[in-house]
Amino acid sequence: MKPTLLLGTRKGLIAYRFKNGKWSAENLSFEGVPVSIAYADERTGTWWACLDHGHWGVKLHRSPDRGETWEEIAAPAYPEGEEVKDGMPATTRYLWSMAHGGKKYPSRLWIGTDPGGLFISEDGGNSFQLVESLWHHPTRREGWFGGGRDLPGIHSIVVDPRDENHVHIGISCAGVFETTDAGKTWSIRNKGMNANFLPDPNAETGYDPHIVVAARTNPDVLWQQNHCGIFRSVDGAKNWIEIDQSEGPAYFGFAIAVADDNANQAWVAPAHSDVTRTAIKGALCICRTDDGGKTWKEQRKGLPQENCFDIVYRHSLASSGDAVAFGTTTGNLFYSPDRGESWQVLNNYLPMVYSVQFAD
Amino acid sequence: MPNVKFTYALKRFFPGIKGVSAEGKSFREIFAELETHYPGISSYILDEQGSLRKHVNIFIDGKMIHDRKTLSDPFTPGSDIYIMQALSGG
Repeated sequence: MKPTLLLGTRKGLIAYRFKNGKWSAENLSFEGVPVSIAYADERTGTWWACLDHGHWGVKLHRSPDRGETWEEIAAPAYPEGEEVKDGMPATTRYLWSMAHGGKKYPSRLWIGTDPGGLFISEDGGNSFQLVESLWHHPTRREGWFGGGRDLPGIHSIVVDPRDENHVHIGISCAGVFETTDAGKTWSIRNKGMNANFLPDPNAETGYDPHIVVAARTNPDVLWQQNHCGIFRSVDGAKNWIEIDQSEGPAYFGFAIAVADDNANQAWVAPAHSDVTRTAIKGALCICRTDDGGKTWKEQRKGLPQENCFDIVYRHSLASSGDAVAFGTTTGNLFYSPDRGESWQVLNNYLPMVYSVQFAD
Repeated sequence: MPNVKFTYALKRFFPGIKGVSAEGKSFREIFAELETHYPGISSYILDEQGSLRKHVNIFIDGKMIHDRKTLSDPFTPGSDIYIMQALSGG
C-alpha cells in the first residue's frame, strides 16, 4: 500500500499519512478553497492542486515538498477566440482530471477540463496547450453536452504504460475517445455502451461514462462506471460489455477502482439512481467483483447502515495493494486494509470530498 | 490618473496588495500596468478571453460597469476604480 492519501475537498487539499500502523493528517493546503483534483505525480513526487476559486477562476499549483510550499502555474487556458458553441466564448471553468504522460515522456502532463477541452504540457506543467484535434472534433459542437456539469467535461485520462502515446479519455457527455498518437487523431470508442437518456440510445456520442479506468496489470482491460450501469472492455475499449446488476445495488454510481494486481477485481460505490443520488436505502455499501463483473459482493462491514446520505464522487474511490479508501459527499473518509472486507472511519468531519488518491 | 483599489480578498493571493495610481486610459492598459505591479493578477479578475469573471465586479466612481465582456465603460483620470468580489456565496 502506498502510505499517503491525497484528498481534494470542497475546503482544501488534505493529506493523510500512514505511520506506525495508523493514519494521521499530514497536510492541509488551500484552506477554504475548493480543490477539484489533488494529484501526486508518481514519477516525481510532485503534488498538484487544481483549484476552483468561486470568484477568481480555476488555478493550478504544484508542490515539490509534499505541500510545504506551493507555486502557482498558469492554468490551462483556451486560446483567444475559441468558442464552446456559437456566441459562447470558451474559458476554463473547471479542472476535472489530471494524468502524467508516462515514464517515456517525463515532462508530459495531461489535464481535462470543463467545457470539454483536453490540455497537454510537454514542459513539466510550466505551460499547457489545448489539444486542438479533439477540440475541433466534428462531433463536439453538436454531439457533446453537459453531464454532471453544465457543459461537457473530461474527467478521465487513461495513459497506456506500454505505449504512452496511447490514451483513452472519458467525457461527460460524449463517451470514450482514444488516441494512439498522443492526441493528433481520435477514435470514438462507445460500442456496446448505452445511453437510455437519449432519444437515440445508439447515438455516436452523448454517452455518460462517469469515470473510466484501466487495469494496471492489463491495460487492455478498461472499466467504467457509467450513468447507465457498469461496463468493462477486454479489448482496449473497442467493445464494452455491461456487467452491472440489473437489480442492484451495483448499477448506478460515479466511482470505480481496479485492483493493482488483478484485472478482474474492482470496486464500485453504488448510489440510489440518478433521481435521488443518495445512499441506497440510507445505507452505505461498496461492491466488489473478483471475476470481471460476473458477480458482485456487497461490502458493508464498518460502514453506516442507517440514516446515511453519502455518495462517492467519481474520483473519490481508490485502491493500492490490499488497501481501499473512499471519501464521500458528506465528508466521511473510509479506509479498508483488506480489499473492502472491513472498513474503518478515518474522519467523519471532512468537507465534501472530490478526489482521493493513494500516493508515495 | 485613475486610482485602482482592490478588495481585501485579493490579499490572500497578492500579499501586501495596495491601490495603484494608474496611467492607463483603457482597462486594457490598466490591467497591463497592474500586471507589472502584481504579476498574474489579471487572471484572477478576467478570464482568458478578457471578460470580467462572473463573480467579480468593477465599480467606476461608485457605479458598477455595464460592459463586462470588453470592459469599455469610460472613466476619467480622476476616477476611482474599485475591483470587488461579488458576495455570491452569501
